[in-house]
Amino acid sequence: MTRLPILKMVLAVIVLSVIQSVIMLQFDWFGDAASVEAGPIDTLLEVTIILSSFVFAIVCVALGYALYKWRAKPGDESDGLPIHGNTRLEIIWTVIPVILVLGLGGYSWAVLEDIEKEDENALTINTYAQQFAWTFGYPENGNKWSEGEFHVPVGRQVHFELQAQDVIHSFWVPEWRIKMDAVPGLATDVIVTPEKEGTYQLICTELCGFGHTTMRAKVVVESQEEFDAWIKEQTQEVPEDLLLTKDQYLEKQKQLEEQSGGIEGSGVQEE
Amino acid sequence: MAAAIRQPGWYRGAIGLVLGAAFGFGLVVALRAISGLDVFQTEQTGYPHIVVPLITAPFGFLFGFGAFDYWFRWAAGKPTIPEDHSGHGAYSWKDYFKFNTDHKVIGTQYVVTTMIFFLIGGLLALLIRAELAQPGAQIVAANTYNGLFSTHAVVMIFLFIIPIFAGLANYVLPLMIGAPDMAFPRLNALSFWLLPIAGIIFLASFLAPGGAFDAGWTGYAPLSTGAPLGQSFFNIGVQFAGASSIATALNFLVTIITMRAPGMNLWRMPLLVWANLSTSLLVVGATPFVAGAQFMVFFDRILGMNFFNFLEGGDVISYQHIFWFYSHPAVYIMMLPGFGIVSEIISTHARKPVFGYRLMALALIGIVVLSYSVWAHHMFVAGMFDWLRVPIMITTLLIAVPTGIKVFSWLGTLFYGKIHTYSTAMLFSLAFIITFTVGGISGVMLGMIPIDIHVSDTYFVVAHIHFVLFGGSVFTIFAGIYHWFPKMTGRMYDERLGRVHFWGTVIGTWLTFIPMHWVGMDGMPRRVADYASQYGDWNLMISISAFLLGATQLVFLYNMIVSWRFGPKAGNNPWRANTIEWQVSSPPPVFNFDEIPRVVGGPYEYGTPGARHAIMGGEGEGAEIPETKPSTVTAPS
Repeated sequence: MTRLPILKMVLAVIVLSVIQSVIMLQFDWFGDAASVEAGPIDTLLEVTIILSSFVFAIVCVALGYALYKWRAKPGDESDGLPIHGNTRLEIIWTVIPVILVLGLGGYSWAVLEDIEKEDENALTINTYAQQFAWTFGYPENGNKWSEGEFHVPVGRQVHFELQAQDVIHSFWVPEWRIKMDAVPGLATDVIVTPEKEGTYQLICTELCGFGHTTMRAKVVVESQEEFDAWIKEQTQEVPEDLLLTKDQYLEKQKQLEEQSGGIEGSGVQEE
Repeated sequence: MAAAIRQPGWYRGAIGLVLGAAFGFGLVVALRAISGLDVFQTEQTGYPHIVVPLITAPFGFLFGFGAFDYWFRWAAGKPTIPEDHSGHGAYSWKDYFKFNTDHKVIGTQYVVTTMIFFLIGGLLALLIRAELAQPGAQIVAANTYNGLFSTHAVVMIFLFIIPIFAGLANYVLPLMIGAPDMAFPRLNALSFWLLPIAGIIFLASFLAPGGAFDAGWTGYAPLSTGAPLGQSFFNIGVQFAGASSIATALNFLVTIITMRAPGMNLWRMPLLVWANLSTSLLVVGATPFVAGAQFMVFFDRILGMNFFNFLEGGDVISYQHIFWFYSHPAVYIMMLPGFGIVSEIISTHARKPVFGYRLMALALIGIVVLSYSVWAHHMFVAGMFDWLRVPIMITTLLIAVPTGIKVFSWLGTLFYGKIHTYSTAMLFSLAFIITFTVGGISGVMLGMIPIDIHVSDTYFVVAHIHFVLFGGSVFTIFAGIYHWFPKMTGRMYDERLGRVHFWGTVIGTWLTFIPMHWVGMDGMPRRVADYASQYGDWNLMISISAFLLGATQLVFLYNMIVSWRFGPKAGNNPWRANTIEWQVSSPPPVFNFDEIPRVVGGPYEYGTPGARHAIMGGEGEGAEIPETKPSTVTAPS
């Protein structure tokens, strides 16, 4: 049994994983980042890409070397060496991955804690999702209401309180890296701190029917002054029948149901 | 003619179908009339006069076709038709269209039927890619589009990947463990015939008012509870496909546990047998959950129950918990048999024992246990309780470890071997290692909550599932079909065409699914008929690659059909493999073995001179054979 060129293989793995990592890190995978939360998430992704390159390089080098070294010549009917295993090696490739994934898990947990830290000074926006539109209420600004578009001041944490009125929808602004489902009958929320002014898109990412593709809203991040000016321009208040808490929400839906004998699209129908 | 109608078969089946449908229809009409309700209720979730016959008609067909004849005669105390195994074997093509109880015939029926559904599912995928080739709506309307990707997923999962593994194992597994058939041959035949029924129900939903079910294969409530009639077709079809799956799994469990040839202890079972043992444990435990979830949606829809009706105290999130409690184990149901296939092929073509055989078997069991604890990683952004996220993330990341063990052990098997790459089966197995590693890595990324928050429900997820299901499962399916084609048909396929198919498939897979990672990470959501124009170029490339991938499959079909008819004779053991199925003729005799073989060693003893896995009947009782237990296995009835 010839000895394996361990040193050369390790070198090859290191070189290949460095090359892969360098190439992979050239790209801006997640696109533009525009929130405080995006920072740690993007760093986590980069660390994961480097570790993944390393694992992928091990598999490629091992497979490539085996094919280079032990490919049978045509007509060779002899067998390979009857090696059944190697306990030490098997323990190594069980324990090291365990440590690796637990490390990634711990790191992810730390990032999760970091991105979900609540700020007392946060701005609350009630977000109403329905087939196939988004509307927004500003409880701190006289319960002002806007449809299909919302504005937030830059640099201040925002809590989006999500409410779905018919089926499940999902709130996603790619540049902010955050996402949360709006679930009928359930109050969910999502925290984000926009840090770059600009115009973005809010995308519904949970299949919600034939109009799912078009269920978008405009997101504007601007300075506090511009935000104040915009909110003043808004004249409409959140309509009475758009509910603010879960209890009121359920109460209202019940009334509606009694009046009309059913809510379209909710699956509730009276015979 | 009268005799033909009394005999079990297609005539009686057609009559049963009509009678079954009429019974269901009549029952609904009569009960509704008696109750003073409108006889025909045609609100979109209703249509009881269609959905009830949809349940009764298949049973009518199965009664007529002869699926229950033996059991009914026995239950009624009538003389049963003697079990002379006259239903065994196939002597002409017509025998493949009968209620046949031979595991080899059933295996072939499974593989051919599921390949047809693979083509149908593939055509649906190409329609999806045609629509997505350019931004904007060109080919189909938005709700038709939703129906296309829903049926594509359902056909591929429930009628191709899960059952084709059951079909391959049906053919090979009894031979591998030295059994004359499966433990319950009639149940086995019933399992098969439930499948085309499920498939026809799924595809028939295109004809329903409102179109095919369009709430995704996940069918989340309350979108599904309020969806048009097609959704009920999905609810019912899943019951037939699920029942087929569960019955087959029970059959495998009993067969593997009780019918191994003398001398085949657990540590002498080929890894394909281990893999199907593990898969069957998953199916038996998990599949009832998807059946239950679909029944609950169905009852919400047509009986006005409130499982998921949030206005009446129903819990919307609980659908996802129940659904994923099946559907995450389901991805292992779709992968573990492939692990088994690849282990067989790599060991045989590297002429070496599987590296770390026992750890390979234990890793399968580890995956089974862990896979029941990871379901909620599909729900990190679903609004479930926060505390569940981190524990589920940890188990999700840990399940990569047994999977990693398998990858490293396959690589270890290659070292110091004599690697033959002339077989397309081996090529697909080697490509599988690399492609599946990519899918595994993106799986680990999805398991990490902060990354998942950003990429969940985007094309990144689409890329991941296709890398593990196409680059993983389907590669192993192709490997398995090429590997056992000579055994099943007695003929050899064309390796040159095999290579064309191999390279086309590998290149097509990478070009199609790799860019999906990029557009997903950058902000393209999944399940959309239209997208931002900046993703146009990538999507055009994905669509072109998908058509290349689709066209390549025609080479495979041509190769299989022509080789089956005209290929050169293969011989009993073209790959010089050790396991028992290769020691019998190709195709194997009707009852597999004249005398049950005796197992005297491990399945992969390549390289050890004189080592044997099994002593076949008819060989001399050599003095060197250590096993003394008498052969007590008898043919099951």
